[in-house]
Amino acid sequence: MLGKFTLAAIPFDQPIIMGTVAVIGLGGLLILGLVTVKGWWLYLWREWITSVDHKRIGVMYFLLGLVMLVRGFSDAIMMRTQLAIAAGGAQGYLPPEHYDQIFSAHGTIMIFFVAMPFVIGLMNFAVPLQLGVRDVAFPVLNNVSFWLTAAGVLLVNLSLFVGEFARTGWLAYPPLSELAYSPGVGVDYYLWSLQISGLGTLLSGINLTTTILKLRAPGMSYMRMPIFCWTALASNLLIVAAFPVLTATFAMLLLDRYCGFHFFTNDAGGNPMMYINLIWIWGHPEVYILVLPAFGVFSEVVATFSGKPLFGYRSMVMATMVICVLSFMVWLHHFFTMGAGADVNGFFGVMTMIIAVPTGVKVFNWLFTLYGGRIRFTVPIYWALGFMVTFVIGGMTGVLMAIPPADFVLHNSLFLIAHFHNTAIGGVVFGAMAGYTYWFPKAFGFKLDERLGKAVFWCWFIGFYLAFMPLYALGLMGATRRMQHYPDADWQPLMLVALSGAVLILVGIGLTVAQLAVSVRTQERRRDRTGDPWNGRTLEWSTPSPPPAWNFALLPPVESTDAHWAAKQQGQAAGQFAPASPYIPLHLPRSNPTGFLLAFFAVALGFALIWHIWWIAITGLLGALAVGLRQAWRTDTEHEVSAEEVAAFYKQRASAFHKRQASEEIAA
Amino acid sequence: MSAAGQVVSLPGPIPLSMRGPAPTRVVVGYGFWLFLLSDIIIFAVLFAAYAVLSGETNGGPAAAALFDKTHVFIETACLLASSVTCGFASLAVQRRDRIAAYLWMVITFILGAAFISLERSEFASMLAAGNRPSRSAFLSAFFTLVGTHGLHVTIGLCWLLVMTLQIATLGFLPMVQRRFFCFGLFWHALDIVWIGVFTIVYLGAR
Repeated sequence: MLGKFTLAAIPFDQPIIMGTVAVIGLGGLLILGLVTVKGWWLYLWREWITSVDHKRIGVMYFLLGLVMLVRGFSDAIMMRTQLAIAAGGAQGYLPPEHYDQIFSAHGTIMIFFVAMPFVIGLMNFAVPLQLGVRDVAFPVLNNVSFWLTAAGVLLVNLSLFVGEFARTGWLAYPPLSELAYSPGVGVDYYLWSLQISGLGTLLSGINLTTTILKLRAPGMSYMRMPIFCWTALASNLLIVAAFPVLTATFAMLLLDRYCGFHFFTNDAGGNPMMYINLIWIWGHPEVYILVLPAFGVFSEVVATFSGKPLFGYRSMVMATMVICVLSFMVWLHHFFTMGAGADVNGFFGVMTMIIAVPTGVKVFNWLFTLYGGRIRFTVPIYWALGFMVTFVIGGMTGVLMAIPPADFVLHNSLFLIAHFHNTAIGGVVFGAMAGYTYWFPKAFGFKLDERLGKAVFWCWFIGFYLAFMPLYALGLMGATRRMQHYPDADWQPLMLVALSGAVLILVGIGLTVAQLAVSVRTQERRRDRTGDPWNGRTLEWSTPSPPPAWNFALLPPVESTDAHWAAKQQGQAAGQFAPASPYIPLHLPRSNPTGFLLAFFAVALGFALIWHIWWIAITGLLGALAVGLRQAWRTDTEHEVSAEEVAAFYKQRASAFHKRQASEEIAA
Repeated sequence: MSAAGQVVSLPGPIPLSMRGPAPTRVVVGYGFWLFLLSDIIIFAVLFAAYAVLSGETNGGPAAAALFDKTHVFIETACLLASSVTCGFASLAVQRRDRIAAYLWMVITFILGAAFISLERSEFASMLAAGNRPSRSAFLSAFFTLVGTHGLHVTIGLCWLLVMTLQIATLGFLPMVQRRFFCFGLFWHALDIVWIGVFTIVYLGAR
């Protein structure tokens, strides 16, 4: 009846886990209670959960990433604490089987459920606005993608208190992840949550690629697209090309585990190294899926706050697309130690060094954009400058490890851990934070607090160096990754420094929450009524903040790059309040519960498959099918916004703007 | 979708990339092409796995000893013919010719179902002889590659059924026509994949 599930699956005897569960449960109950008391359920259901508006979906993605950042970071600080005390003969406070789950969950969550939602959220929010269009190509599908990602998140978090998570590391290498060596449900949690959220990511990639290639404002040729849209295009092309590899690879591992197939087993002719090749054919493009949009954010931020057009727009586009192609030709550098021989290793080593060239082009373009500019030192540019310094170091250690003989020494050491955190934090996290601060006023109509924003930056920046520079040294001293304790007490001082860095980052995360709370409470003071708080260059700044559901009453005609800047130069600023009346009635897609319902059945299906509860699995599948069929027969998919409603919106925004201007003049 | 196209006046013909949002029909078709691309990448991975593992018979039967090429030839003929009839169905849907659409859809369904039942009988006879996917890595890869294609055809048959019902209940709405266009793309793509399977797995059997 309940498959492999018994009450013993809930770890009542583990105080750390049960404490965490209690805190999460209590927090969840508090939030649900607040929503109920305030009577927000209907609003949430109509305006957010079933929303097909790309801006709202983008915000929900980003919020999901922030929440999961807390979860992923809790794992991180537990590991750092463990290693700070488990020196010499000491065993620390985390037993190996728990520690193994923590590092596996940390990597899985940070990549799939923090970095991906951050990046997809920013792309979802900004790309249609930058392209000057009203929504993505497939708005309902967009909502489905989000909820499938959320379904994966839910499954990963369920593993915390029902059963266990994988103990295999974040990529679940076989043969360890095969049934023979991981008989528990941990690997199944890993596989099903990533299969479900991976489907969401793939659909999102198809959606955004179609949007960028087929829906742009009139006049916006490819070479007039904002650079963030180019990086988003590259990233989504990589999603379309790489995520199916992940899906197929996981499907093969699932067949091994559930049906006794022999793809990756040690016996009957299976080939574990094939898994490792396939997973990295997805995995290396994945790092560019994450970092390219971050590069795009930095390009926008650097240009905006230098008050100059981006230096070398064409070379930036070229560099982005070259990285997009080359990212599929370097996967083997993740396992030079496989023993493929000198020729193969040499080829992939050289390819890896070559991919650093377009990245270098980008760095110089940013530097030359800054050069001679009147730089305004706002929070986004702090992140951009911090990124340039940090990412270059990460890039250089990467090129170092691209040399196969050097890699043989550094493989699976803490040096590697320091390297990829150097690029992932210095690139993706800094980029996400820059984008968050940069587009927040567009999404909500008021700026985030600058002072706290700078404090957050310094915590992350200094915290990063404290946490990871010691790991480079430890790696060279011989410390390996994924070790639960170590015999050499000489390593302990550096481990303590690393812990102090993690604590500083913790302060930074706390300050992010404080910044949000303070900014929301004082939003009236920080309100931006111009729609263009940073003196921006691209089309998202030509609509009011927050933008109306339709983004643009008339699609803006585009005649050059930096279309909004060009309009301002021609004296058409503040045109966002009276965009070329007479207004026309608009047809907008209706809110749609399909995504939420599909995710509900996907969670049921995933959970049932993990625990071998076949009747729930069949119910989940049939439920999802029914939801899909219902959607197929839905014909009232659009609603009309009348020309009067559109006019009223702009009139109200314009009067608020003029009132504000008048009061400012009086104050002056 | 409300991608109301707007026209800007420029001297001379406006390049395609500058004409503003494409019509819904184009957008939907393009998105589905991208989906097919991703689907074909899944098959590419399974082909790669088959190529790596095809020699790993673990003392069990090798490919050449297992396949009945006449059987597979009839299977192939059914699927290829169904692609032709699917094309006729697409034309009928475009013409809004209900009778012809139903007729060609039924024939397509029968041919697709024949393909699936032939594949089933091939799998059944292999399983009955003890050549299960758990027998060897080669058999794992074989059943997965060919079975995934079969699963796609089965899904395609269900989709065809749904399309018949959609035409019956909703008529030839633009939405329904776009979906049938996507179905056609899907069905032809499965043919292309099968040509790969037929060539590499069956004709290439050693």
